[in-house]
Amino acid sequence: MRSDVLIIGAGGAGLVAALHAHEAGVKVRVITKDYPTRSQTSMAQGGINAAFGNVGKDSVEAHVQNTLKSAHGLANEEAVRLLCEEAPRAVEWLDSIGVPFSRTKDAKIAQRTLGGASAPRACYAQDYTGLKILHTLYDRCLACGIEILNERYLLNFISNKDEYEKPYACGATVLNMRTGEVESYESASVIVATGGYSRIFAKHSTNAVGTTGDGIAAAIRAGARLSDMEFIQFHPTALKNSSILISESARGAGGYLVNSKGERFTNELAPRDEVARAIHNEIEKGEDVFLDIRHLGEAFINEELPQERKLARLYENVDPVYDLIPVKPVAHYTMGGIEVDKNSSSKLRGLYAAGECANHKVHGANRLGGNSLLELVVFGRQAGENAAAYAKKFTHTIDASLQIKSAQNFIMGVKYFTNQIDFYQKREFMGNIFYNNAGISRDEMGLKAVLGAVRQIQKELPFMGPKDKSKVHNTNLIEFIEFGNMVELSEIILVCAISRNESRGAHFRADLPNENDRAYKAHTITWKEDSVLCADFME
Amino acid sequence: MRVRIKRYTSEPELREAILEYEVDLQDATLLEVLNEIKTKQDASLSYASGCRSSVCGSCSVRVNAKEVLACGYKVQEGDLIEPLKNVPVIRDLIVDMDKSYAFNQKAKTWQNSLSQGIAVTQEDEKRNEIQSDCILCGSCYSACPVYAVNEEFLGPFALTRVWRYVSDIREDGVDAKIENIQMNGIWDCTLCDACTMVCPQGISSKSDIEKLRSKSAQLGFMDTNFGNFSGGFDGSPMF
Repeated sequence: MRSDVLIIGAGGAGLVAALHAHEAGVKVRVITKDYPTRSQTSMAQGGINAAFGNVGKDSVEAHVQNTLKSAHGLANEEAVRLLCEEAPRAVEWLDSIGVPFSRTKDAKIAQRTLGGASAPRACYAQDYTGLKILHTLYDRCLACGIEILNERYLLNFISNKDEYEKPYACGATVLNMRTGEVESYESASVIVATGGYSRIFAKHSTNAVGTTGDGIAAAIRAGARLSDMEFIQFHPTALKNSSILISESARGAGGYLVNSKGERFTNELAPRDEVARAIHNEIEKGEDVFLDIRHLGEAFINEELPQERKLARLYENVDPVYDLIPVKPVAHYTMGGIEVDKNSSSKLRGLYAAGECANHKVHGANRLGGNSLLELVVFGRQAGENAAAYAKKFTHTIDASLQIKSAQNFIMGVKYFTNQIDFYQKREFMGNIFYNNAGISRDEMGLKAVLGAVRQIQKELPFMGPKDKSKVHNTNLIEFIEFGNMVELSEIILVCAISRNESRGAHFRADLPNENDRAYKAHTITWKEDSVLCADFME
Repeated sequence: MRVRIKRYTSEPELREAILEYEVDLQDATLLEVLNEIKTKQDASLSYASGCRSSVCGSCSVRVNAKEVLACGYKVQEGDLIEPLKNVPVIRDLIVDMDKSYAFNQKAKTWQNSLSQGIAVTQEDEKRNEIQSDCILCGSCYSACPVYAVNEEFLGPFALTRVWRYVSDIREDGVDAKIENIQMNGIWDCTLCDACTMVCPQGISSKSDIEKLRSKSAQLGFMDTNFGNFSGGFDGSPMF
């Protein structure tokens, strides 16, 4: 089944890419392992940055400088400028398709301050910003008649070689979750929009359970390069017991962080890496840490932060209007991803990427709040337009037979794995050792120990496997394949984190607490040669 | 704590059963209980989940015959967990939402054209703030007695979504949107309010349908069912 552009993932980036590729006049097909509107984008609360200056004085230049500062020297200034210059147009486009943004008294899009920002810059829709953007994008896709196929799980990208033996991407093999059969979707170009890999941290992550890095793992297997995989952002304020996100807008509005003694201990609106570390240090000292928004008052909380109140009551049994909210920092956003150029194209011809799975080098070592919804609009559009333009000129043949066979063998074979080791236990274990040794504070010994454990898990995979052998909607099988992808990415993260002998942004090495620009102001690039992992620092 | 879960599989042959599980968790959400069973007791138990925080709409099920989000419901001793109603079950608690989602297409739940430079006031924005909180979890279709007997009925979330756009100051195709929901739409609803009772986002599709009815009346549309009863358009009674 062929289309011009095949998009894997129906979150914000995938749907924006689909709309723009469709507008360019090509046949678009979107596949998702879930349903559109169920993606991680729905969980974004705080807002989307654009320097309108609707509420206080602001400029594109200030947005650029804040982003660069937060990135700790690891962002590409040209890419950051594009992101920030395009931001007002991106938000105006969302407004034009009907996103119900909150408004100011003078009928402009309302804006608020997030961490690391010099002005109220994040446009929002209460604390349901991502949800409302995602659903409006989905509605627009319906209006355009874009084909979206649900419950299809990505296995691998299909690539063929041209007459000069140069590979090109031309589709994907997929497991139809409902039938249990392998399917192939051929296409002139492919866009990866599958999200990040924070679920490696298992219960120590704000993310949805499907955030397992499937597209990134498939991309490196197919010959693309990854960059900066060691940079993982910890959100300072997740609920202590459930790791559910409490938006940065709670601090932006004036919320305090306090320890067990009721003392404030940090600047609540510093960039996320700094605040997360400050909380981590308090917890290491034996303190509990709380978010205090009681002084904001019930009316304000109900108007601006309704979801936060609901979540805190449900999952922590506290009412933020009257109580302190117990919090801890957990894995939230992965800066690393598929390395792409200024056209959103990966190293594998015909394979594009956008959203959290891609690394456009705009977040560097630490993403600024409000820039992730922005990147999926700006770069989703770029990926969609470029993948469409490439598809129009595509003249190669597509032969997927080998890859279909190998995908079928894989699905058949994996069910015969021996099941002597429980992969759910290993998944939980990996999350714990990552959080404790490869998380907010790292050192060489700890990282190497985790790498040893991960390599052991790799060897043990054939002794794991799904217990459930059935075909129809086998979530046990899907979770095992997802686990396999996370194990593959875990090795890469650790190799990168061990190689980077310095501290920079979200990568904090307790044994090497300073930035070392001479040696490490460069991107950590990884790729595979004959299935062997290679890594190097490159400009 | 004991819970009972309705299991369903189609392979190798169709089988249904209510199985009982004992779980050692206190003050836990249903999703936590399901995860505990799947990872520790029975890996074949099938259910959908996503965000764990009530915004993705994946994990709606019925507990003791009432629709809830598994991630937002605290389990009680002896609870009976079943899949949603009025929707094909694929396996255990997983249902096929394709048809429910397709009602959005049928009801044309989108802004008619791209708007430009229309100032939206706070008052305008408040008009559909709550309707745009919808997460498409499908609880309302499961609870709807009209949809249970008329599978062409556009249904609660699709009609709420129509109101979300029709009430938006940026919408320039209100008449066509209203015309599109006359058949198998707003007049088929019995206003029983079952959808409101189960919505995890506090949305009342029933009251949105009432608003769509009065908008329809303003635009000169009539209750199609009433039209059938009264016979003609000239207003003369048939009896």
